[in-house]
Amino acid sequence: MPDVLVTIDGRQVEARAGTTILDACRRLAIDTPTLCQLDNLTPVNVCRVCVVELDGSRVLVPACSRKVEEGMKIHTDSARVRHSRRLVLELLASSVDMSLCSAQVQGWMARYEAVPSRFGAEAATVAQPVKVDNDLYVRDYSRCILCYKCVEACGVDAQNTFAIGVAGRGFDAHISTEFDVGLPDSACVYCGNCIGVCPTGALMFKSEHDMRAAGTWDESRQTVTETVCPYCGVGCMLELRVQDNSIVKVTSPLDNTVTSGHLCVKGRFGFQFVQRREPKATT
Amino acid sequence: MDIRTTGGPATAEEVAAVDGLLGPPEAVHHHLAYGGRMLRTRRHLLLPVLHAIQDRAGWVSRGALEYACRRLSIPPAEAYGVVSFYARFALEPRGDVALHVCDDIVCSLAGVEKPEGARLAPCLGLCDRAPATLTERFGAVYEAVQTPSSQPSGYPGARLLRRIGVVDPDSIDSYLQHGGFSALKRAREMGPAAIIDAVTRAKLLGRGGAAFPTGRKWQSVADAPVRPHYLVCNADESEPGTFKDRVLMEGDPFALVEGMAIAAFATGCEKGYVYVRAEYPLARRRVENAIALARERGYLDFEIEVRRGAGAYICGEETALFNSIEGKRGEPRNKPPFPVEVGLFGKPTLPNNVETLVNVLEIVGGEFADTRLFCVSGHVLRPGVYEVPMGTPLRGLIEMAGGLAPGRTMQAVLLGGAAGSFLTPEQIDVPLSFEGVRGIGATLGSGAVMLFDDTADMRQVLLRIARFFRDESCGQCVPCRVGTKRQEEILERMFERRDGDSRADVMLLSDIAQAMRDASICGLGQTAANAIASGLTQLKVLDA
Repeated sequence: MPDVLVTIDGRQVEARAGTTILDACRRLAIDTPTLCQLDNLTPVNVCRVCVVELDGSRVLVPACSRKVEEGMKIHTDSARVRHSRRLVLELLASSVDMSLCSAQVQGWMARYEAVPSRFGAEAATVAQPVKVDNDLYVRDYSRCILCYKCVEACGVDAQNTFAIGVAGRGFDAHISTEFDVGLPDSACVYCGNCIGVCPTGALMFKSEHDMRAAGTWDESRQTVTETVCPYCGVGCMLELRVQDNSIVKVTSPLDNTVTSGHLCVKGRFGFQFVQRREPKATT
Repeated sequence: MDIRTTGGPATAEEVAAVDGLLGPPEAVHHHLAYGGRMLRTRRHLLLPVLHAIQDRAGWVSRGALEYACRRLSIPPAEAYGVVSFYARFALEPRGDVALHVCDDIVCSLAGVEKPEGARLAPCLGLCDRAPATLTERFGAVYEAVQTPSSQPSGYPGARLLRRIGVVDPDSIDSYLQHGGFSALKRAREMGPAAIIDAVTRAKLLGRGGAAFPTGRKWQSVADAPVRPHYLVCNADESEPGTFKDRVLMEGDPFALVEGMAIAAFATGCEKGYVYVRAEYPLARRRVENAIALARERGYLDFEIEVRRGAGAYICGEETALFNSIEGKRGEPRNKPPFPVEVGLFGKPTLPNNVETLVNVLEIVGGEFADTRLFCVSGHVLRPGVYEVPMGTPLRGLIEMAGGLAPGRTMQAVLLGGAAGSFLTPEQIDVPLSFEGVRGIGATLGSGAVMLFDDTADMRQVLLRIARFFRDESCGQCVPCRVGTKRQEEILERMFERRDGDSRADVMLLSDIAQAMRDASICGLGQTAANAIASGLTQLKVLDA
């Protein structure tokens, strides 16, 4: 593919045709906020926090999915861009509990001077009880920003299980199984790939959820041990998160060529045999 | 993909409804031999199947939905996402009758009476008969009845409307007697290039609201190398205060079919769809009948299928409409790519509004006069559709519609529907042309003209508009999903509770408006603050 030349914030950059404005911004080390974008998922461009100003375009365009074109003139820090990014962060944080988002997200909130409280104390939220219907993971949709990542990971972008989808519409849109049945009654195979892509902690290992509830979750005391999953011959790379000599969570790196960050139920949740301490019952 | 269903069996009635549309189930060995692949090519039939279930049973039960999922190889979670997206599908049992009572802008002015058990509905497109209702009767024979019209009258001197009230809309012979299909004959003599050239030279602009040059769109589709090409007639007329496409389809359905035949011939479309909103049962029936009769007489050499919407304003947005035809949630797609390159089923697609297509008959017939249909409603003596030359002053249009009731004074005009903007009485000399209204920061939009006299409570009107957008936002992108919600909350605080700092709230609304305009995916979010912003500046709704 031939390269195209685009101008971002007055700096020219060569970008390969077919890549996105976000890719080009990254080449220039311009930190662009993203929430619904992930390198191993198809862009859905729904959160709109990555919008940039494009000369000749009436509206702002999403950097994560808009492809570069020869001669594009792009502004990533104009007043309009800053305004929309700020509002997107404020609108989200005023309706969703974003306290477990990464430090990077908190940094964007500070950079764009987002004040979610300015919509007033009675602004509607998506607060609701945590869904705990199985032993492996919990769903806390009061933390859900509706980034569609879990639906994509459950669907064609990774697992092809289609256990969840977006239901309802407007402010009432939400992630759901069919008729909101519990996961055991759904098509869920507990691969946990939805947890792997969730940016807000809405989807969480039950082990982590229980430890947080008990006040014992402490990432500063956790170590990461890299290993290869022992179950089958695929050779998925695992990152075992260990606290107090117990595995509390399992992940896989996004850039791993074998997994692209995705695992199956065994690699993700089948770690108890490593640390089972009670003597095996004898018959 | 395994379809896991745990909801229990469908009733015999529900199975019959689904099988009535899809045919009897394939044998098990068929599924084993072909997998779900063949079944999944029928994914686009999900909405027709859901309608078949609901028409028969009155609602969509879990068992029925899961049976449809097995028949079409659709994951139940995905199908649930679809059925819960559309306002017209009920997921709880209800009786054999559903009464929908319009409580939108114009019908509210006329006074809404909601009987026990009725559902309030956004604009039913019957503003000339306000207050409007739609009654559905479910069962083996489904029936939907709209508020009846007063006797249809003719439109002397009109061009686009000239056959309405004159021809029998159910008779192709009547249409032929009034010059029907002569434009199609002429178009076939001209050839595709000459037709597109004529449309381009006529400077026809799309009548759906976005006013895109029709000729340019046709040329792009004609030039698209990928096959097949699709023609999609957007008859999902859902902009509050708009009912011109309904009047055209109900009164002159063959003209739409003829316009589609010309468009398909000129741009090389192999298949056409008419997407008619669910609230227009009579229009749908007449268009279906017109297609069948035109085919029978050999006027149609390509297939046209009529699809029924399911209660979603957003499906008037072209890419949301494509998704809806494909059996998905009506969520708009990001553009580019544009429909002329990647549209319905990923193929080059020509989306045109009903009125746009009817205009083509005039152009090909060499009689194009660039008139425009306006839907005048609200506080006016003779609400209805009026056809006037482009550039007619708004005042003249209002006078044609009989003006206000005696003794009343005008408070405001809402031009372009809920996505439009408010004009003050001082602005009604504006010429009704695209450039004319742009001069005062307004748009013609879909041609809705709603009048409010001094008795109207404009705060309630603004609140209704805010509620409309909160209801109709698809929920996909953050600025619109949360922005429309906040917009409604702030207006409630300003107008109903009056416990906030209204100057700060106006600033807050303006901040939200700018983000919605700049960062929303589609035209709904981009215009969801327009009418409210113009109302706050143009009307005396703020406390002094």
